[in-house]
Amino acid sequence: MLTAVLALAVLAIIFGLVLGFAAVRFKVESDPVVDKIDAILPQTQCGQCSYAGCRPYAEAIARGEADINQCPPGGEMVIHALADLLGRDAKPLNPAHGVEKQVKTVAIIDEHWCIGCTLCIQACPVDAILGAAKQMHTVIAEECTGCELCIPPCPVDCITMVPLEENLTTWRWPFPESPEEQHA
Amino acid sequence: MRLHSFHGGLHLPGHKEMSMREPVRPAGIPQTLILPLQQHIGEPAEPCVKPGQRVRKGEVLAHASGYVSVPLHAPTSGRVVAIEPRSVAHPSGLQTACIVLEPDGADSWTELTPRGGDYEQLDPSALRNLIREAGIVGLGGAGFPSFIKLNPGSASITTLVLNGAECEPYITCDAMLMCERAVEIVSGALIMRHALHAEHCVIGVEDNKPAALAALRQAAGELGSDVEIVEVPTIYPAGGEKQLIKTLTGKEVPSNGLPVDIGVVCHNVGTAAAVYRAVVHGQPLIARYVTVTGHAVANPRNMEVLIGTPIADLLHACGLRAHVPHKIIVGGPMMGFELRATHTPVVKTTNCVLAASEEDAATRSPPMPCIRCGECAAACPAQLLPQQLYWHAQAKDFDRIQDYNLFDCIECGCCAYVCPSNIALVHYYRYAKTEIWAQEREKHKADLARERHEFHKFRLEREKAEREERHRKKREALANKSTTDASKKAAIEAALARVKAKRGEARPDVTDGGTQERSAESGRADAPLDHEDAKS
Repeated sequence: MLTAVLALAVLAIIFGLVLGFAAVRFKVESDPVVDKIDAILPQTQCGQCSYAGCRPYAEAIARGEADINQCPPGGEMVIHALADLLGRDAKPLNPAHGVEKQVKTVAIIDEHWCIGCTLCIQACPVDAILGAAKQMHTVIAEECTGCELCIPPCPVDCITMVPLEENLTTWRWPFPESPEEQHA
Repeated sequence: MRLHSFHGGLHLPGHKEMSMREPVRPAGIPQTLILPLQQHIGEPAEPCVKPGQRVRKGEVLAHASGYVSVPLHAPTSGRVVAIEPRSVAHPSGLQTACIVLEPDGADSWTELTPRGGDYEQLDPSALRNLIREAGIVGLGGAGFPSFIKLNPGSASITTLVLNGAECEPYITCDAMLMCERAVEIVSGALIMRHALHAEHCVIGVEDNKPAALAALRQAAGELGSDVEIVEVPTIYPAGGEKQLIKTLTGKEVPSNGLPVDIGVVCHNVGTAAAVYRAVVHGQPLIARYVTVTGHAVANPRNMEVLIGTPIADLLHACGLRAHVPHKIIVGGPMMGFELRATHTPVVKTTNCVLAASEEDAATRSPPMPCIRCGECAAACPAQLLPQQLYWHAQAKDFDRIQDYNLFDCIECGCCAYVCPSNIALVHYYRYAKTEIWAQEREKHKADLARERHEFHKFRLEREKAEREERHRKKREALANKSTTDASKKAAIEAALARVKAKRGEARPDVTDGGTQERSAESGRADAPLDHEDAKS
């Protein structure tokens, strides 16, 4: 009887030490769920979800403060991916946060009107606008996420959003059941 | 040589004889040549000519940009009219940047640097450079820059396979090339073998092309080479790269792998002939053999066509029967795609233009539900499960579809051909592939945006810290100054006293000057600086 109790006690101590060591040695610094949510979000950093960027929104979802349907740029795809990840039911996008854009857009500055005020540069969350005070500004199209945050600050309304043009590399085959494809 | 067999495949009616009755003839110089900057896999070429510029035949019109890219040459002499978006032969029907050339009819060559037969003195990298500068891409259809496939890196190549199988019905341009230019093909094969340091070289030709086999054997004999000419059974798709390698060597290219992984490199016979011309005669790739066939043309035949010739010109030359209902297919009936407009040009990878009447390509009856018969799996030469792929593509489940090795699908069309429910299976796979690529691009863009946003936040923090640091230093400096430099302080006080005295005389403009001085003293001198910072 005593041997059994002792043996179990010793085992318990050993395992306790091993687990304790592992908890310290392999400590995960950041919350892995936040990283996973952040990886799904489109990183437009537009703030339409009412948080200051994609990462803060991911943190809010992980804390249970925000719902999964607040990201208009991600749209249905992101909602489904988040629902899958978090084991929740997918729901339609909350219209209070905006509507999903059908085509991706990028900002373009009309250089005839730009007065070089730098306000858009300060608004851009990904530093995708090039320029300096009293110098003409221009958008680096490849870096632009289409968040539209540069539009309201512009005092001369010279920034417009243009749809991203499809080319031979980005073209996608349509889903086969569209009527025109039936007899292709 | 012992041959092996691959899984699945089909015996299809060939319809090859109709376009092989006459020898190949040049299609001539059209009124305009339209040369897309992207005729290959990789980065589009960068134009180095301007509209209005005169160019000679073989002159470089556009340079390669990046590693996976090749230059573009003028197919004939003439004047560059424009560099603008034009419709190209692509399933999307989209436009892409093209150089438009107006031939002058003189067809005068630029200066070429032929190497003659001394290529063996050249080192493989110099050979690859010559092949790259000649703008050579895989002429079998994929259009991958050939010089890259001739660079095995650290791998050692046992076998160079030349693909002369040409398994798709109707297409005969490789067959005609093998009959008429066998010596060029075998010589090209020897050059490629030298570039690769390959031990063996095998040319695989389907047994339905006896004339091509005879011509190649004769050429190999004349050149005294040990290039093996092997007859392979006519089963579609025997000309698929992986299938031909399996047939000839018995080795399977691993999933997600390349032939190089098993010590094999495979090139098309047309590419070999182009390599011969580039190395021995110094000629860039400016023309190719194109089959124009189908029951909707009066004289189906093969032609040697300048790259950039509008497809409509070829159809006209072969007598398109406009009254016969038809559709124009680029490529063959199995893997080709329907062309929306015939003013699009022939590119380096265009092997066949099929003017298909109802007899050649019957209109598909509407698709019916999948009955899980499994015919598609039996026919699949890549040993995939087409119905599972179809299921997941339809459900848009792009993770699961990759578990079933979607990217091993060669889009040969065997599954759709045998499907009793007429499901356009390949279309589903193409849809899924392009969707997955689009998602990958999005993911890449999102990662970049995340990185840039992180840096943006870091930059704001850093600037804030730097500004504070600057202000602190300035305040300190000012404090030091005011304590040490007593004489200056006294001078300021004297000035203030003067101002006060003058104020007694009531002169407001001087009062202003006084306030300015005061503000400078009280340490607010950095206020305008602060403003500058906000701007930058």
